[in-house]
Amino acid sequence: MQRAARRPGVGLALVLAILLAACTQGPARSGAPTGAPSGAAEQPRAGGQLVFIVSAEPPSFDGHKETTFAMLHPTAPHYSLLLRFDPNDLTKVIPDVAATMPEASADKLSYTVKLRDNVKFHDGTVMTSEDVVATYNKIIFPPSGVSSPRKGAYAAVESLSAPDKSSVIFKLKYPSASFLTNLASPWNFIYSAAKLKGDIKYYEKSIMGTGPFEFASYEKGSAWTGRKFKDYFLQGRPYLDGFRAVFIADANAQKNAIQGQQAMIEFRGFTPQQRDDLSRALPNNLAIQEAPWICVNYVSFNTTQKPFDDPRVRRALTLGIDRWAGSEALQKITIVKDVGGLLRPKGPFAMADADLQKIAGFSKDTKASQDKARALLKEAGQENLTFEFLNRNVTTPYEPVAVFLINEWKKIGVTATHKVKETSAYLADLRNKNYQVGLDFNCDFLDEPDLQLAKFYSASKLGAGLNLSHYDDPKLDSMIDAQGRETDAAKRKQIVGDIERYAMDEMAYQWPVLWWYRIIPYNNKLRGWKIGSNHYTNQDLVSVWLAN
Amino acid sequence: MQRYVVGRLLLMLPTLLGVAVLTFVIMRMVPGDIVELRYASGGAGVSQELIDQERALLGLDKPMYAQFVDWMGGIVRLDFGQSLWTGRSVLDEIAVRLELSIELAVLATLLAIALAVPLGVLAAIKQDTWVDYAIRIFSIGGLAMPSFWIGILIVLVLLTVFYWSPPLTFTPFLEDPLANLSQLIWPALAVGYRYAAVAMRMTRSSVLEVMREDYIRTARAKGAGERLVVVRHALRNSLLPVVTVISLEFAFLVGGLVVTEQVFNLNGIGKLLVDAVAHRDYTLIQALVLLLAFVFVFVNFLVDMLYVVLDPRIRYT
Repeated sequence: MQRAARRPGVGLALVLAILLAACTQGPARSGAPTGAPSGAAEQPRAGGQLVFIVSAEPPSFDGHKETTFAMLHPTAPHYSLLLRFDPNDLTKVIPDVAATMPEASADKLSYTVKLRDNVKFHDGTVMTSEDVVATYNKIIFPPSGVSSPRKGAYAAVESLSAPDKSSVIFKLKYPSASFLTNLASPWNFIYSAAKLKGDIKYYEKSIMGTGPFEFASYEKGSAWTGRKFKDYFLQGRPYLDGFRAVFIADANAQKNAIQGQQAMIEFRGFTPQQRDDLSRALPNNLAIQEAPWICVNYVSFNTTQKPFDDPRVRRALTLGIDRWAGSEALQKITIVKDVGGLLRPKGPFAMADADLQKIAGFSKDTKASQDKARALLKEAGQENLTFEFLNRNVTTPYEPVAVFLINEWKKIGVTATHKVKETSAYLADLRNKNYQVGLDFNCDFLDEPDLQLAKFYSASKLGAGLNLSHYDDPKLDSMIDAQGRETDAAKRKQIVGDIERYAMDEMAYQWPVLWWYRIIPYNNKLRGWKIGSNHYTNQDLVSVWLAN
Repeated sequence: MQRYVVGRLLLMLPTLLGVAVLTFVIMRMVPGDIVELRYASGGAGVSQELIDQERALLGLDKPMYAQFVDWMGGIVRLDFGQSLWTGRSVLDEIAVRLELSIELAVLATLLAIALAVPLGVLAAIKQDTWVDYAIRIFSIGGLAMPSFWIGILIVLVLLTVFYWSPPLTFTPFLEDPLANLSQLIWPALAVGYRYAAVAMRMTRSSVLEVMREDYIRTARAKGAGERLVVVRHALRNSLLPVVTVISLEFAFLVGGLVVTEQVFNLNGIGKLLVDAVAHRDYTLIQALVLLLAFVFVFVNFLVDMLYVVLDPRIRYT
């Protein structure tokens, strides 16, 4: 008995010794991880299973219905798209099951898409134009009881038809600048017309596509696996034998899984701190890719409530923010970085820095901006403005961004109280106008004004449910419509610039704080994957391979 | 006795009905709903039209009483409905996770009993010696440190010292015992330590109390050996409160390991419940709370029945 009693002490000493070793081990290890993947120069190798992390489970499996990456990451490898983004240049659209890029009529009101003739579904049936038409009919003209959150992006489409088995014709009501790129939407999985005819909701619970991987299994709450589809239409692809998506919600557990080399990558991203921890822990086994992200936090105002119905107050609050200093500080601790307008900085529609700095709140002359902010508040009779600032209970990046804003506002005499709510309640408050000022957000798969400006439409019209500042502005509506119909790129960019100046400066309805920055540390055995400016595209794993 | 058992079983029904009503009402009083989360939480803007349409599809546009009647009608037919989030059967969603949660609860309980009973008895019979102090320090450590924190330490030690971390996904014990245990033994240790600490202190104080009883003195006076006195007379008579503590902890472990499950990425009932609450998945939350309430009520009932076995003086009529 005495011997038994001695054991806990010995055990405790052992645990303490191990803990001490653990505490001293981490910082002692150092070394710079490799930067970009070296896949381009190497010969891709076939075989192996990619294990990656997804931080949530898919609600349903239907890409046409869902809006979360948690559905996209495990299911995208099972499907093809009509067009897709080039895995080597994620700004360029290329054919996927289309044989060539669509041919547009002279008036740009008709697009003919020729299809590949060697595309098979995983059940062995050949894909034809009938399947593409059924797919797009479900997305653009969903029958009653079928949800299609992105149908608005195809508002220009009047009809689609299949003149023969290998062609599809889209007819438009008016020319649409974003139509072609929207055909490469990562959500538009090509479905089987036969399956949809049998049950329009078949794809909510089943997987059957033409993509590089067949569905193998789904262990609820744990993992999703796919295996190579032998009849995939691209010869020699995919390189992988299969993939396994493991569901890990906790950010630290995700980092530990990468560190323990049980998973190779998480495609959404890590914080700078987690990147640095992994760099120290895996000096020889880690690659890191980083890119600006098409995600941004907006400050939204309940414009139906005083004093936020006054543009002077909204302008003062944007003038009070030193975004450039905020970027310097916040990029060290969270996933925000670039200062930009309504379109992603460094993206194809981004405003030049010189023009941006002329907009209220974007000048580098902080003192002048803050003086102007105080003057505006005084003019509006709101020198001691106090309000509640609504935020969601998600740390990254919402909490540090909100703390930064509140601190900046203090400098112009404004007192904001941070009111943090659980996501569902926060969303309900924003939609139901039950807030004063709030931190809103937006993420898209593409740098496309039609997408990023959708939430600026009048709340009682096309912006219903999207425009959480709840204003109506016919002038802004017509400007957004005009840019969407302008097919000349330079003219379109000019209109977009006018919209930015009007919406962010003159009216200051809702304005961006800082754009997000995507950081992906991953096991350097993974090759052939290139980071993009969003976490939705390039997820079919068709070009991905594993080094020895 | 039979009448008592039937009565106790029937009494579970109003308890569970009360839990059902409370859960149903409280969840609907919390602002926000599943449709908001499903379509807006990822950052994609969606129209009000879609939100309204989806609410109607899920039956959330019906009056609250109609939703309650639908739900209760389903329960009577043993149909607990479908998860609003995944569209799959609620019972299927729970069944997948229950195996892991029960196995973890059993492992932690076995570990706790294996530590708590011998060490608790030892501390009692060596009262106020260095052995007693060492065991008390050990048990206070278990009470003071939250299980999830111990779990984080375990994960860090395994990762930074042994360059190893437990498997990410669950393998059933019968399929591969080694893979199963290599995943579950660590959370069982983290949880079992705290659990053992509670039971250890209860065992110690209970044994100390019994050791002062007349019948122990009598046993010793009759010349019974110390081992016989402790095991047959003291331990058995001190087990009632220990069994109660262990049983209630077991019931808690089935659904209460929320944070520990996150730390070890375990696909258990606790994680499912947190996800369900975060998603406002009403049907799943209602079924899970009912299940956990049933486990508590049933374990309490079993403990009461066990008293009869442990203490022949107890008789239910």
